[in-house]
Amino acid sequence: MSANINILVGGEAGQGLATIGESMARAMTRAGYEVAVCQDYMSRIRGGHNTFAIRTGPDPVLAPAEDIDILVALNQETVDLHLSRLTGRGVLVAGDGLAIPAGTPCLRVPFRTLAPKPLYDNVAALGVLGSAVCGDVAILERLVSEAFAKKGAEVLEANLTVLRAAYAWVKEQDFSFACMPPAPAENAGRLMLHGNEAIALGALAAGCNFVSFYPMTPGTSVVLTLIDKGRETGLVSEQAEDEIAAVNMALGAACAGARALVSTSGGGFALMCEGVSLGGMLELPVVLVVAQRPGPATGLPTRTEQADLNLVLYAGHGEFPRAIFAPGSPEDCFYLTHRAFDLAERYQTPCFVLTDQFLADSYRSVAPFDLDALPEPPELLLSPGEPAAYERYRLTEDGVSPRAIPGFSQALVRADSDEHTEDGRLTEDLAVRVAMQDKRLRKGQGLLEETVPPDYYGPDGPDLLLVCWGSALGAALEARQTLEERGKKVAVLHFRQVWPLDGRQFLPFLESAREIVAVEGNSTGQLAALLRQETGVLLDKRILRYDGLPFTARFILDGLEKLDS
Amino acid sequence: MVSVDDYGQFETAWCPGCGNHAILKAVKKALAGLGLAPHEVLVVTGIGQAAKAPLYMNCNMFTGLHGRSLPAATGARLANPELTVLVESGDGCSYGEGGNHFLAALRRNVNLTLLAHDNQIYGLTKGQASPTTMQGMKTKAQPFGQPSMAFNPVAVAVAMQAGFVARGFSGETEHLAGLIQEAVRHKGFSLVDILQPCVSFNKVNTFGWYKERVYKLGPEHDPTDFGQAMERAREFGERIPIGVLYRNDRPPLEANMPALAQGPLARRGVDREALRRILQSYA
Repeated sequence: MSANINILVGGEAGQGLATIGESMARAMTRAGYEVAVCQDYMSRIRGGHNTFAIRTGPDPVLAPAEDIDILVALNQETVDLHLSRLTGRGVLVAGDGLAIPAGTPCLRVPFRTLAPKPLYDNVAALGVLGSAVCGDVAILERLVSEAFAKKGAEVLEANLTVLRAAYAWVKEQDFSFACMPPAPAENAGRLMLHGNEAIALGALAAGCNFVSFYPMTPGTSVVLTLIDKGRETGLVSEQAEDEIAAVNMALGAACAGARALVSTSGGGFALMCEGVSLGGMLELPVVLVVAQRPGPATGLPTRTEQADLNLVLYAGHGEFPRAIFAPGSPEDCFYLTHRAFDLAERYQTPCFVLTDQFLADSYRSVAPFDLDALPEPPELLLSPGEPAAYERYRLTEDGVSPRAIPGFSQALVRADSDEHTEDGRLTEDLAVRVAMQDKRLRKGQGLLEETVPPDYYGPDGPDLLLVCWGSALGAALEARQTLEERGKKVAVLHFRQVWPLDGRQFLPFLESAREIVAVEGNSTGQLAALLRQETGVLLDKRILRYDGLPFTARFILDGLEKLDS
Repeated sequence: MVSVDDYGQFETAWCPGCGNHAILKAVKKALAGLGLAPHEVLVVTGIGQAAKAPLYMNCNMFTGLHGRSLPAATGARLANPELTVLVESGDGCSYGEGGNHFLAALRRNVNLTLLAHDNQIYGLTKGQASPTTMQGMKTKAQPFGQPSMAFNPVAVAVAMQAGFVARGFSGETEHLAGLIQEAVRHKGFSLVDILQPCVSFNKVNTFGWYKERVYKLGPEHDPTDFGQAMERAREFGERIPIGVLYRNDRPPLEANMPALAQGPLARRGVDREALRRILQSYA
């Protein structure tokens, strides 16, 4: 049995559970443990019921889980809702004011003894949690010092006193929770960040210097990270009046030489669709991050889903090439966003990063990204040779025309949303129309040749192949592991690029599996349908989740049982 | 030395007698007069007859989507603060489809110039009411007369204390060229609402109709006086003033963007050392 544990902090919005959770996750990361966070919150600023779950320990963590080993209840509702999920080795951490069923293994925290006032309860809870897993108190002290450094010596000292008191109090309790085994030494120096932070960092690493946006959960934190960290790199940001303006600003900026990003969610992206088509026609590089949440319409604004693959795949009228990435981890978020910028620039067309609320908010401990392994951004064409003869949409073999940036040379850049001639002038010459459409589509061939192949995990010729995309990866891998331990021959095929699809890369995997089951966070099996369209292979067995929660291994295992029965 | 000829002469798809011809002439004259070479200028447009303007002159151009020229122009301007950016589009594009962007541009005050070709009708789609069509005017789409009140772009701009608000008339080309020059020189958002006849679809607001009514604001009008400006901006009937209605020296958006001090984004690379520091902030 893995020494990993699952900690769940529950309470009302405004009680500071995210602060406790983030601090604890960071403490575990700094200690060298693996971390995967799952945040479940309601669309409100105060009240309601929110949870912050941390799966952590010395072994790799792949996905969230239902079982809870340490349940931190900041209110009665948390006890009532989640106590049944406590494992045999589990313990409840609750203030002494809450009603706890008799016989529950529990740390009744005397908050009013440990902390002078409720303001310090979060720090007390952190001390209790850290002590319960036998964490290093010095790491906790450093975290608290960083958090309160700006508030002055007195406030800091008061918080440290509460932290130490809470930490020591746990040691005095009759309490048998097993200490966590030492962390793997190779995990030293890890970072803690969530999927959207990794996307923003990947964008900065690719030279992103412009972001225009209209706030929409769960896409906003990409932008907020870019604005915060981009201060150091000279990033220009503008909050637009709506999503239509946001995407058109990005296109205008791209035309003038910016490396531009927009980030939104389904409803906001729906408003951007005409702009996406414009990007296809003007042949401008722009990266669009779409963080999925359940629809239709407003749906469940703060929950997760994978139901906007079709929206992004078919967004925009007319036909033009695009690439769509679907990261399965924060590492994917970083490297694939970088790749989206690279491809958008080299193929002069919109490229997409399709993530979701679960991954967006999921903190993980990750090894620092390898900046030196990344290619430099493609050089911009500021001064084309023979400026007088420059043509923005010159017909070329690979469909990619030299993209000059206006204002840097005598060359005139004409970007025209009407069908246009090679020098960018409106035309209704139908032969030119065909030549231009063919030129644009030739870029799609290049994109196809550069498709990131899906990752295959497991033995050749498996009895069962789980096919998934995006953030479902971790749960699918964990389900595979469990089944393997039960003696089954199981593999996972994970698509982290969902368009274009190159059947040559994965058809042998589909053909050699005895049984294939698609695992998707939507109610219709969008990737399965796309795979059928592109390869003819029918994936009619599906485990679909659309209740707003992320996949877990148990959900998949239960789903397999239902399929078999 | 830049001359009007540098901006070229092209065959157009506009009707003979359309106000667009004179506006195009005024734009070229204004830009050449400012010593701006075609490659230093980016003209951003939406969709409509007016939006075809940059096709008929030498310049950088971005003809985008209906109503969306202002956001695209804003993006371009923020990406390259050295570029002179003009937006040209009609009343439908600028005030109807792009209405929210117009309001945002007034607030944002980015340094660009909006030349709104205002013929009070939809031309490209053949004669439906536009936001500035006068109340009561009959069209094929509004057979009982346009029921809504006309939008007054200059009064709205003055109310929002836009940096530069002017009204021109295509029949006064020299005067219009002067207004455009002033607008381009203004550091911030500038609006020039340009009255022009639509010879094919607007049989009410004809060249003669405008000619009878427009008068040039003289030195007695103080464009820095909000009250006077609002009074003149609301004057649209028997007499219609043309000239600079209102101006102030609000700092442009760019002044609040420290990143722009480093110059055009196209000249930037990736600072890997900064990235390393940023990564470490997540330790």
